[in-house]
Amino acid sequence: MTDILMPALSPTMEEGTLTKWHIKAGDTVKAGDVIAEIETDKATMEVEAVDEGEIAEILVAEGSENVKVNTPIARMAGEDGAAAGGTSKPEEEAGSVAAPVAKHDAPEAKSGDPEQAPAQSGTPIPRVELHDPEIPADAKMVKTTIRDALRDAMAEEMRRDDSVFLIGEEVAQYQGAYKVSRELLQEFGAKRVVDTPITEHGFAGLGVGAAMAGLKPIVEFMTWNFGMQAIDHVINSAAKTLYMSGGQIRAPIVFRGPNGAASRVGAQHSQDYSAWYANVPGLKVVAPYDAADAKGLLKAAIRDPNPVVFLEHEMMYGIEFDVPEVEDWLVPIGKAKVRREGTDVTITAHSRMVGFALQAAEQLEAEGISCEVVDLRTLRPLDHDTIVESVKKTSRLVSAEEGWGPMGVGAEVVARVIEHAFDYLDAPPLRVHQEDVPLPYAANLEILSLPGVDKIVAAVRKVMA
Amino acid sequence: MARAAQKTTPSKASATPVTPTASKDELLKYYREMVLIRRFEERAGQLYGMGLIGGFCHLYIGQEAVAVGVQASQRKGDRVITGYRDHGHMLAAGMDPNEVMAELTGRSGGSSRGKGGSMHMFDVPTGFFGGHGIVGAQVSLGTGLAFASKYRDDQSVAFIYFGDGAANQGQVYESFNMAQLWKLPAIYIIENNQYAMGTSIERSSSTTELSQRGASFGIPGEKVDGMDVLAVKDAVERAVARARAGEGPFILEVKTYRYRGHSMSDPAKYRTKEEVDEVKKTRDPIDHIKALLAEAKATDDEIKAIDADIKAIVAEAVQFAQESPEPDPSELYTDVYVETAA
Repeated sequence: MTDILMPALSPTMEEGTLTKWHIKAGDTVKAGDVIAEIETDKATMEVEAVDEGEIAEILVAEGSENVKVNTPIARMAGEDGAAAGGTSKPEEEAGSVAAPVAKHDAPEAKSGDPEQAPAQSGTPIPRVELHDPEIPADAKMVKTTIRDALRDAMAEEMRRDDSVFLIGEEVAQYQGAYKVSRELLQEFGAKRVVDTPITEHGFAGLGVGAAMAGLKPIVEFMTWNFGMQAIDHVINSAAKTLYMSGGQIRAPIVFRGPNGAASRVGAQHSQDYSAWYANVPGLKVVAPYDAADAKGLLKAAIRDPNPVVFLEHEMMYGIEFDVPEVEDWLVPIGKAKVRREGTDVTITAHSRMVGFALQAAEQLEAEGISCEVVDLRTLRPLDHDTIVESVKKTSRLVSAEEGWGPMGVGAEVVARVIEHAFDYLDAPPLRVHQEDVPLPYAANLEILSLPGVDKIVAAVRKVMA
Repeated sequence: MARAAQKTTPSKASATPVTPTASKDELLKYYREMVLIRRFEERAGQLYGMGLIGGFCHLYIGQEAVAVGVQASQRKGDRVITGYRDHGHMLAAGMDPNEVMAELTGRSGGSSRGKGGSMHMFDVPTGFFGGHGIVGAQVSLGTGLAFASKYRDDQSVAFIYFGDGAANQGQVYESFNMAQLWKLPAIYIIENNQYAMGTSIERSSSTTELSQRGASFGIPGEKVDGMDVLAVKDAVERAVARARAGEGPFILEVKTYRYRGHSMSDPAKYRTKEEVDEVKKTRDPIDHIKALLAEAKATDDEIKAIDADIKAIVAEAVQFAQESPEPDPSELYTDVYVETAA
């Protein structure tokens, strides 16, 4: 004998009405036969037999209300099989039907150790000491624009690994909307430098699929503003698949392009996506400031087996910095860089804001204020230790970012400092960021909206007051 | 609400063998694969009712001939991708029923170690690339799988399944455009089961001839009876031959029907019971192949042996899926990143 149990229509259903029986005792049913109808406040559904056999007895009469899920509603004779909805063999398997959901305690969060902390402080990544490569004393420093540093990084990695390819709008024949891919088509050909139609959602998804199949795509968004059309693939397809597949499917892909405000292009073409992507576990998010980091971090991003969001700055492509002429210049992802040492206040910044922070520090030095400037470089995983150590030394914090303040990068930095260096603080931390409005077009309003040297200087003076 | 017009049900096909034929052994193989899917899904529905499977659970019952007919053309190196109604494709692609069922119950023995669930399963050895929960996303991703085939020039193809609902997503057409532009070996299989959740194709689509949706990109298409495994197999073989020869993508609109609701909690008010019963009675894909088997002189014993075998396989999967332990709490933090040695 086998019991047919009252089935659940949804995970939240606890009881329902058995509205109708389509069978009676003595009937023989086979798999797929509708045997009953049940109803909840939301839906009516048919109950089908799952196996064949003879109905021995109806246990719950039609029209019965508030029948609890998993209550035996009929009994089947005959074969060994189960019947409909939920079934059990009452004699042998009583109690075996309910889902054996073992309740286990959530892993304990250990406050104070970010690598062990729960997800809100960042998924733990095995702690390894990260260092920038040594620059030999005799290494030549070469003035290089950020544009060319990025190009060199891609070219070197494409020479090294034939599974690396670049795909995006105007990357090949046009040589890049910002000329970042200059001469790559000539060297690597159209198979590996692929011009796409204007179709961000499609080619981002195509890139992730190609990565799942073992290639290493570099997907260029003409700007990250356009990449918003493809954000579903960046997050749902690229960032989550390793986890959802239990570690089977990797998406080694780099999404890159200019991020942040350009000049006078209005709200839709001027947005900083740092906080958006840095919120997502499964992604690494990199936002370099100078050319050496742009090159070294992009090379590291291309080699990384994880999806990497690489945020460049539209206003910085043409700026020259020294890049060491070193074989295989790789800068580790996940390591901040102290750009300027100081004792009175820590300024954290990334991307273009680092330059403004350095200028502010210069200006403040004349006033007798010693600023330490920490270039975050990587936003996920955030180099928590470098930030906290710096604040323990200076006891004051100003964070600077180009994006909006609420829920932003600065909010995260400040939260971590408060959690891990609260007793060291001599003043409430302050955040510098874009005004909380879409970026205006008018020149004067644009200047008012964007953060720059003056706002950083003002914030530092305030935390020093 | 007005019910969908009668013409949306698959056109009636005769049970007599049409042009495509198959040997008795082939038919027995397809029968076996189709019955595995049906019995597996029935038990999955049962486990859902018992609370052993949570969340969303989309059953493939009624559509068995599609996945089995398509996967008959799969060879090593080919890749398969689909949406959230994915159990049938996984079984047809050769995944272990134990692992699929244990993933449904969220156990450590599941193909994603319990972290994916019904809609998110993957299996690299069989070339199964998911299992995707965002309607239409698998079409761009699958086009990327085909891009990789072309990039590696290894003669492999990508089987990309989606439904009549996904056929209205923008990224499908972005993908069609690139696939034809670059002559990618992409086999697009539109499983037209006529209802996108509760919305019939007539209520959602300005044109309902989905096989012609590639016309403006120059992608050829064909409409196939999805309740006839041999018709599906035959059409796919031709599309695959083209793709392997470098002639680019193909769209197959496979007319099929899902017997169950969109998901387990679907009250199915958008179609009549008579409509469903009519398909079950006259167009069932398993009844169809049984008729073919009878013509091929398969014996009752041969069929019963398969039935018994499948019953045992599914029973074992159910047992495995209940006995396999839940994932260790430490699994919460694994597989977020591929670890890198710095």
